[in-house]
Amino acid sequence: MSVPHAKLPGWAEYGLIPLVNLAVAFLISGLVVLIVGESPLEAAYHMINGAFGRGEYIGFTLYYTTTFIFTGLAVAVAFHCGLFNIGGEGQAYIGGIGVALACLSFDHTLPWYLVFPIAILGAAFFGALWALIPGWLLARRGSHIVITTIMFNFIAASLMNYLLNKVFKPLGSMSLETRTFDAGGQLPKLDWLMSIFGLSVGTAPFNISFLLALLAAFGVWVLIWRTRLGYEMRTMGHSSAAARYAGIKEAKIIVITMMISGGLAGMMALNPIMGEQFRMQLDFVQGAGFVGIAVALMGRSHPAGIIPAALLFGMLYQGGAEISFEMPSISRDMIVIIQGLVILFAGALEHMFRPAITRLVLGLSPKTRDVAATKGA
Amino acid sequence: MSELAIELQGIDKSFGLVHANRNINLKVRKGTIHGIIGENGAGKSTLMSILYGFYQADHGDILVDGRKANIRDPNAAIAAGIGMVHQHFMLVENFTVLENIMLGAEESQILNAGITKARAELKRLEKEYALEVDPDAVIEELPVGIQQRVEILKALYRRADILILDEPTGVLTPAEADHLFRILEQLKAEGKTVLLITHKLREIMAITDEVSVMRRGEMVATRTTKETSVEELAELMVGRRVLLRVEKGEAKPADVKLSVKNLTVRDSRGVTMVDDVSFDIRAGEIVGIAGVAGNGQSELLEAISGIRRAKSGTVLLNGSPIDVTGHADPAELRKRGLAHVPEDRHHVGLVLKFEESENAILGYHDDPKYRKGMLLDIDAIRADAEEKIAAYDIRPPNPRLKTANFSGGNQQKIVLAREMERDPDVLVIGQPTRGVDVGAIEFIHRRIIEMRDQGKAVLLVSVELDEIRALSDRILVMFAGRVVGERTPDATEGELGLLMAGVEGRKEAAE
Repeated sequence: MSVPHAKLPGWAEYGLIPLVNLAVAFLISGLVVLIVGESPLEAAYHMINGAFGRGEYIGFTLYYTTTFIFTGLAVAVAFHCGLFNIGGEGQAYIGGIGVALACLSFDHTLPWYLVFPIAILGAAFFGALWALIPGWLLARRGSHIVITTIMFNFIAASLMNYLLNKVFKPLGSMSLETRTFDAGGQLPKLDWLMSIFGLSVGTAPFNISFLLALLAAFGVWVLIWRTRLGYEMRTMGHSSAAARYAGIKEAKIIVITMMISGGLAGMMALNPIMGEQFRMQLDFVQGAGFVGIAVALMGRSHPAGIIPAALLFGMLYQGGAEISFEMPSISRDMIVIIQGLVILFAGALEHMFRPAITRLVLGLSPKTRDVAATKGA
Repeated sequence: MSELAIELQGIDKSFGLVHANRNINLKVRKGTIHGIIGENGAGKSTLMSILYGFYQADHGDILVDGRKANIRDPNAAIAAGIGMVHQHFMLVENFTVLENIMLGAEESQILNAGITKARAELKRLEKEYALEVDPDAVIEELPVGIQQRVEILKALYRRADILILDEPTGVLTPAEADHLFRILEQLKAEGKTVLLITHKLREIMAITDEVSVMRRGEMVATRTTKETSVEELAELMVGRRVLLRVEKGEAKPADVKLSVKNLTVRDSRGVTMVDDVSFDIRAGEIVGIAGVAGNGQSELLEAISGIRRAKSGTVLLNGSPIDVTGHADPAELRKRGLAHVPEDRHHVGLVLKFEESENAILGYHDDPKYRKGMLLDIDAIRADAEEKIAAYDIRPPNPRLKTANFSGGNQQKIVLAREMERDPDVLVIGQPTRGVDVGAIEFIHRRIIEMRDQGKAVLLVSVELDEIRALSDRILVMFAGRVVGERTPDATEGELGLLMAGVEGRKEAAE
């Protein structure tokens, strides 16, 4: 026997509950800061100010946001098909090969707006390729996707280590990175966008791949809710028995979904490689693939949720760096703690405050009560 | 000493906004069998769960033997002398009968003394209530009827005076059900009180002394069984007059539409579930497959509809073969005119988290009429869903509502509308009215007969023998994966029951 769930109005479901969860996460983070012996209010000030205080800071926040939108979308697409793709990290890393190849080949000869599309294709191709193998192993051999994608993260790390050492590193260089790209391999900053709001982007690497990320988010929405492929993916995600009944080719959908997921993860590489460093460095992904899991969870696998969730994590990254800079007794690990708490309250304990909020919200508005009552069986 | 075993006063229970029980008053006299009937979602299970301590009532009192009882949890219920036999047995499959009966009542860390005592007590109970069970048999090797007996013994071992049985006959053959009823009579004779929850009116009439009817969370009436009728009870349950027996004319069988030859299907463990089954179904007839659940009917349906790969055999649809042993594709079979209403609508026939309109195209989402360029034509899909909602009176009539929010009967109508409106040649239906309320059953039965009258070949699988007899033009009985006999719908229930239990069939199949 199931206990019926009361339905909440959208603003409470998607607005109030996440906000309450977030507030609790920050409250507890504040307590941790207090235990460390610092003022939580000061930390909060540095966090907010560091993330939004100046045009430059905003630029950094949005730079991180861009990265997290890509990896968040990657995880979300797989989620809809019931696949838990933990391999965003490795797929983004391998995706870098595509970006690097495009830039190294054409940066002298072509302008950025021609190199960019080639790099997008390259990033998506290599990312998809890296996700294809676990997808294929699942579809053909039933290998568990969580295990294989995790393993492929390690393989990717080793492979990139090798490639950067033996293939990409220019002769005579000491550091594990490609040469710096010419103008054709450098994406323009979005300073014009910032200046509309009267802000200056300064040194922040806020670049045009942000717009690509927004476009990708829209594309994912169309894919999931407006195409046959998305319909089949969602059917499989909810019930594989129903998918078999409907005649959906599971193996095919698994492989395609993983490739789309890997492709999106791979496109993340555009942002740091073409948008910030103008070269491919060792370990340029820096855990963004894993943050993508949190972003997808918090954003409920919906693009409209993923963008604000990515912004939140972008803020945590940028603001957190600022805290550790301004308050030396708080290390960067503090950001990891805050992230952990956000994931805990927004993901694992998502329903903790629901009963109370339900009572509060529905007790206050009799209209919704009538609507919900007629729906109950 | 009160003459009432249980009295409920003003029991009220809400889950969030769903008012599951509204001011329930109930008096159960000692030493009687008291039936509680109502449609799915009427609140029977909630009420019993409150009585057994799974839930707490928001308001109201429970009186056991005239005294107010505070039943916080199942342990408190057992202490108050209330035992429950659940619809899905709560037995440890790889324990023996004795171990199951002792479980939770071991009395000490060292089992030896307890076992001796339990064995003696079990012997006494068996004798007293004529409940023979081998105490050393392992549960998973026992037939369901016996497993149920173990559940009853478990309750009696805990000195229950009041026994609640939740839909006890759902998994039993007619013969096993009869045996259960004899046991209940015996319990009554020994002074125990039995609360029987069911949606089968016939059982209520056969065995209870009094019956209470629930509708939409309220107790609408209590009747002395002798003074009421099936018709009155049905009307009380639904709140309007219902036709219990569907009217149907003569069948006019024409060409063979579906032909199954020597079909053998194994399950994932390699156990043969369908064993060399052959039959034909003609246009314009309904062939019913009767049998106790788990005798291969599910696997048969799945193999024919292309969901499960068969081991061997052939199936012809409109004269041309279906690749049942290879890669039969359900999507292709749909295009060839085979519609399938699966047994398990919650996990197979529907995606409960989808909007109604999304489920209305499941399996037919390839159809170009739902497409606009590269994208799905959401407007066309919703318009299509609205037509079906109107034609099948699906309520609430909202194609954007999440499917999980529809009642069982309306969910089933969503599946039926999708499969029937495609004008298939062959309709394969599993458990068309499982978990469906009485009002919707009537509607669904009428639709199935309409399909037959339009010249469709209908294969019907149901564990409800009444349903099989009411709808079928021919009845095949399955036992242990084989078709053990064919009968006309006039066959008596006893005759079919024997076949279903595998008693008579073996001879016949061997001939």
